[in-house]
Amino acid sequence: MASKENVILEVKDLKKHFHIGKQVVQAVDGVTFDVIRGETLGLVGESGCGKSTIGRTLIRLYEATSGSVKFNDQDVYKLKGKGLNQFNQKMQMIFQDPYASLNPRMKVLDIIAEGIDIHGLAKGEERRRRVVELLEVVGLNAEHADRFAHEFSGGQRQRIGIARALALEPDFIIADEPISALDVSIQAQVVNLMKKLQKERGLTYLFIAHDLSMVKYISDRIGVMYLGNLVELSDSDSLYDEPLHPYTQALLSAVPVPDPEVSRTRERIILEGDVPSPINPPSGCRFRTRCPHVMDICAQEVPEWKEARPKHWVACHLYNEDK
Amino acid sequence: MTKVLDVKDLHVSFNTFNGEVQAVRGVTFDVTKGETVAIVGESGCGKSVTSQTIMRLIPNPPGFIKEGQIVFEGQDLAQYSEKQMEKVRGNDIAMIFQDPMTSLNPTMTVGRQITEGLIQHQNMSKQEAHEKAIEMLRLVGIPSPESRIKQYPHQFSGGMRQRAMIAIALACQPKLLIADEPTTALDVTIQAQIIDLMKDLQNKIDTSIILITHDLGVVADIADRVVVMYAGKVIETGKLDEIFYQPKHPYTWGLLASMPRLDQDDNTELLPIPGSPPNLLNPPPGCPFAARCPHAMKVCTEQMPETTEVSTTHQVACWLDHPLAPDVKPPAGAVRGE
Repeated sequence: MASKENVILEVKDLKKHFHIGKQVVQAVDGVTFDVIRGETLGLVGESGCGKSTIGRTLIRLYEATSGSVKFNDQDVYKLKGKGLNQFNQKMQMIFQDPYASLNPRMKVLDIIAEGIDIHGLAKGEERRRRVVELLEVVGLNAEHADRFAHEFSGGQRQRIGIARALALEPDFIIADEPISALDVSIQAQVVNLMKKLQKERGLTYLFIAHDLSMVKYISDRIGVMYLGNLVELSDSDSLYDEPLHPYTQALLSAVPVPDPEVSRTRERIILEGDVPSPINPPSGCRFRTRCPHVMDICAQEVPEWKEARPKHWVACHLYNEDK
Repeated sequence: MTKVLDVKDLHVSFNTFNGEVQAVRGVTFDVTKGETVAIVGESGCGKSVTSQTIMRLIPNPPGFIKEGQIVFEGQDLAQYSEKQMEKVRGNDIAMIFQDPMTSLNPTMTVGRQITEGLIQHQNMSKQEAHEKAIEMLRLVGIPSPESRIKQYPHQFSGGMRQRAMIAIALACQPKLLIADEPTTALDVTIQAQIIDLMKDLQNKIDTSIILITHDLGVVADIADRVVVMYAGKVIETGKLDEIFYQPKHPYTWGLLASMPRLDQDDNTELLPIPGSPPNLLNPPPGCPFAARCPHAMKVCTEQMPETTEVSTTHQVACWLDHPLAPDVKPPAGAVRGE
């Protein structure tokens, strides 16, 4: 893959299991990928595939069950004291629901400045000046600083969430479904803002979403998840032009295209059934219960995560004979 | 073609502490037999209020029908009493709701929720209704319906619950089915299953469908005609291809241009619509879109444009369609197939 110094985040065999009574939910089960500095990596998949759990585990909202995460060459799970403090500033998160992720009892000024306060970066006039500057960056203005979250529309609240994430001048932002709660016309506003900020500040994004058309629009590379596993990872054009994994193929063909002529003529792969439970996932390849190309080997062996085409990784037995 | 439903100049308002919220402000459209009409628009545009008013599900107070008619098979539903409506709901007009998790009754078996309407409306015996319920579950593609019928909604997955909802809605073979965001809460692969199912069932039992959605992709897949709503008004209606290939209203352009597309190599920037919709407590006197419209003229802020005909099937309410207005071309990315 890319040269070592360009990798900002290195995830190796990450697992996150939740214990519910005697049962174990294997929410994320062995995921390996790199994020390159300055890129946007999109993570897509259906509900329950573990994409949000990955985001939360990376930023240490959850403790990982096993595996390692290296951020700027430092093991995230071994950080303490000053190193942890540094990490907490450099990695930030934007949440899905702009209604639930802003404290209704706090003024916008205090919401955005919370990180600044915790890390003791500015006080008094300087603190306010920084917040106003951030508000202007995200397209709001100084008079908004003394209002409460409920006085804003969904799109404006998401802008506040973005301003909060930017307050500590991070390198890396995890955006967990940042636009799915917004209306179509507002979604484009927020995505364009995120793109602009990336260009100006050299940010790296991990963009988690289920809306494939929006992910394609914003991402340089895309990872596709199914039931706790990464099944395919490649740059976004080759993923859409030549999807390798049968799940990716089905997912892409299921996305409705807002063009009647295309809808009438294109072929769709409609998957049977539902996603199995992550408490007791199928043996071998987890997708085999719904896969149109299922073979005998799929039930016996877990497919290897391999580079089937240059820079195009896939975990599927169909690509075993290749190369 | 016979009209199943004819909504004429419908006004619906809600009384709140802050004053009267005019959620629907003069909506006119019709639905003919066997066709699918999609109502599209953003949250708060009045699409759900319109559909709930047709079913007379708006609680009064605070909501009330201020003006207008809802003509269903020659009868004005707006004048119906609660008792008369009970005979219509679930029998002649049925509804599928957005969230299958919350719209099924968790304390009743799925079977009972299907047979309820059959026993009430079709005078079936319990036994007949039970058999019909199994048949309906099989029709919507639920495996082993004989055992599933005894289960509760929490034992079903999201997609299966939506199938069960459709089975309930279609059990009495309604003449009109209102589907309010039927696939919004579902994942794309499940969404594709449900859309296919709805198309298939429509062919089989020849129901008319009103589909409420904000997803133009779903619209392109299933609709015959499209009604575009904004701030409680219909701003454009037309056949599916007319809306996608010859859109006339700047808001429709905005909607189409702000959606990214999978099948396009897009390095073109998305064109968002600036600003946000007006507050319907105090709607602007002119065109409600004027404040966000890049082509707004002086007249737009003062007077609501008349609805004019582009063709016999395509109507638009925009001053740009006036013969004296300047000639404005839609932005790149707004018109499909270019």
